[in-house]
Amino acid sequence: KLNAVGRANEEKRNLSLGGHVGFDSLPDQLVSKSVTQGFCFNILCVGETGIGKSTLMNTLFNTMFENEEASHYQNGVYLRPRTYDLQESNVHLKLTIVDTVGFGDQINKEDSYKPIVDYIDTQFENYLQEELKIKRSLFNYHDTRIHICLYFIAPTGHSLKSLDLVTMKKLDSKVSIIPIIAKADTVSKSELHKFKIKIMSELVSNGVQIYQFPTDDEAVSEINASMNAHLPFAVVGSVEEVKVGNKTVRARQYPWGVVQVENESHCDFVKLREMLIRVNMEDLREQTHARHYELYRRCKLEEMGFKDTDPDSQPFSLQETYEAKRKEFLGDLQRKEEEMRQMFVNKVKETEAELKEKERELHEKFEQLKRMHQEEKRKVEEKRRDLEEEMNAFNRKKMAVETLSLSQPLKKDKDKKK
Amino acid sequence: MTSNIRYKSRIPVKTEDSMEEKQYVGFATLPNQVHRKSVKKGFDFTLMVAGESGMGKSTLVNSLFLTDLYKDRKLLNAEERINQTVEIIKHTVDIEEKGVKLKLTIVDTPGFGDAVNNNECWKPITDYIDQQFEQYFRDESGLNRKNIQDNRVHCCLYFIPPFGHGLRPVDVEFMKALHEKVNIIPLIAKADCLTPNEIKKLKDRVREEIDKFGIKVYQFPECDSDEDEEFKQLDKELKECTPFAVIGSNTVVEARGQRVRGRLYPWGIVEVENQSHCDFVKLRNMLIRSHMHDLKDVTCDVHYENYRAQCIQEMTSKLAQDNRMESPIPILPLSTPDVDTEKLIKMKDEELKRMQEMLNKMQQQMHDKDQ
Repeated sequence: KLNAVGRANEEKRNLSLGGHVGFDSLPDQLVSKSVTQGFCFNILCVGETGIGKSTLMNTLFNTMFENEEASHYQNGVYLRPRTYDLQESNVHLKLTIVDTVGFGDQINKEDSYKPIVDYIDTQFENYLQEELKIKRSLFNYHDTRIHICLYFIAPTGHSLKSLDLVTMKKLDSKVSIIPIIAKADTVSKSELHKFKIKIMSELVSNGVQIYQFPTDDEAVSEINASMNAHLPFAVVGSVEEVKVGNKTVRARQYPWGVVQVENESHCDFVKLREMLIRVNMEDLREQTHARHYELYRRCKLEEMGFKDTDPDSQPFSLQETYEAKRKEFLGDLQRKEEEMRQMFVNKVKETEAELKEKERELHEKFEQLKRMHQEEKRKVEEKRRDLEEEMNAFNRKKMAVETLSLSQPLKKDKDKKK
Repeated sequence: MTSNIRYKSRIPVKTEDSMEEKQYVGFATLPNQVHRKSVKKGFDFTLMVAGESGMGKSTLVNSLFLTDLYKDRKLLNAEERINQTVEIIKHTVDIEEKGVKLKLTIVDTPGFGDAVNNNECWKPITDYIDQQFEQYFRDESGLNRKNIQDNRVHCCLYFIPPFGHGLRPVDVEFMKALHEKVNIIPLIAKADCLTPNEIKKLKDRVREEIDKFGIKVYQFPECDSDEDEEFKQLDKELKECTPFAVIGSNTVVEARGQRVRGRLYPWGIVEVENQSHCDFVKLRNMLIRSHMHDLKDVTCDVHYENYRAQCIQEMTSKLAQDNRMESPIPILPLSTPDVDTEKLIKMKDEELKRMQEMLNKMQQQMHDKDQ
């Protein structure tokens, strides 16, 4: 009898090969495919204005990314992503650098972490949306999820700032953080040692998770383990070149000496470059996808009501979940339709009633007018009769007078004639 | 050795001329007398330092006065500082040099700018300064004024971080809240993180922004026209160098064969007292060797007087409202011009204006006629 997923109970067996089959070329095939596809890497730089984020990026990638100096007077923090296409030998890299503009400048920094968290979540959301589409093209998708957050710590020599602690705590479950000490050429060697210990102990005692260079792969476990002990990296960035001896190197020239960026006894720049770009870049991408993104996705789907197991703890099939959701949705739709229909009917009734009322009023008015009209007519009739009577009376009088006057002048005439 | 050139130039030089000696009255020794008395009395100075933690304030104070004021200091963790409020901590020390005694008070402001929400974080500081003014005002107005303690803040060193592009909003707000209560001297902290070009750019930017926001920082007084050229040149250089870019150090290192205060790096040694490394020497000379007394004078004559006048005005306006209340302090009543006089003044003003206009008109007419 098969259980729900249909796995047969089998033991794994190791077989030995009689000759060279050739599937050892699989990694090469994978590599060649990914080289053709091109790589994508997204770095988030968090640090106060002027701490050296842009300069460090320029130094790391040995190029001049366009950048204007940011002002200290932004009202809030906003994120500025810039995407560049880089190429080294035959490898294409689509690099996105996201800057936090205005970080650390406000007097009240309680909300400073929010835009950063929102940005990271938005990139996850976009990817999730693409993943959930019916017709999706993940292979073509420009992945903007943040693979690494470089957190720039100011070189005070004492400890982390309160803002650093609060921000890193909000970010550590969403992104891999590598803390670095910026402008480290202001911290002397002995101070640096104490400073690093203090920072790491503060991070540990406050439960902040930072990215650990992986030690499970034998090829790189040794170097990664030793690098883990050097965190946070104390870096110095520079794009200016200074002549030292008979070489020209990237450095900062002071009246008291020259700080060489790539000199390991001057700063940890080389270590950072090694770890970030040359050894663990692919691991960072993997961590983002397999850990941070999956956490986000799970939380989001749970919010939406999806579960992996139904109330009886049987594994839910996605199909059933979809059916249930669909039913719910259709039910909702129907209900809404009913509501709208009911509303329409009510409105029609209302309007009908109004119209009827209006009709009645009009009718009344008409009747009233008619009555008035009748009344007027009657009055006029009366007047006419009165007038006629007067006229008759007048005529009679007139006639009487006329007859009288007629008879009299006749007499006179008669007399005259005689 | 003090480089108090101005003072030295006033010591009377005894000439060989006997004629001059006969006419010599002797009050030219007054400066000597003042000197003697002041040495006997001793001096006091109150210096406030303000800025975010980690800017090197304590180190700089130790470097300035070549002593260790902060022996057992406990620094807070980042977590403890999230909701930290600003404290005011005073350290008072008595130091002596060549018979001159100085009672130095350093007012520290730990917690400034360290919390996540720094709204009005300068309020405890302005309140403290006002309190000292109020205390002095009471003492000055009291009956027994023999032993007044002057706790007023004479100078505030404000530390601007070198990591940014100029002043930040919290810097501007702080300085604007304090510039009419205390002499502010802005400094660029930890200047060993900036190359000479970057220092120049930052100084220009900070000066520009101080102008733009109308912040009144401490101005060095103009030097007298009868000073020698060397002094004038130094003075000019000093003024063009503000804000001073400083570095401090608690440790002594060996550089160029000498033991100096400095910071040791793998790439070189920063010497605190090397003028091509930073402006520490300029700051020290200005603050301690030449302008300390002027800072006190400006505090007394300008900031304190402003406070006093404001205080009195508030009091008299309250008194005017309530005739029964007597003035709690002895002050001369301000003569308010009565209404009639004011009217008269106004009338005369207007008359003047009219006459001026007529004059202008006539001048114009004459000018036209000439043409």
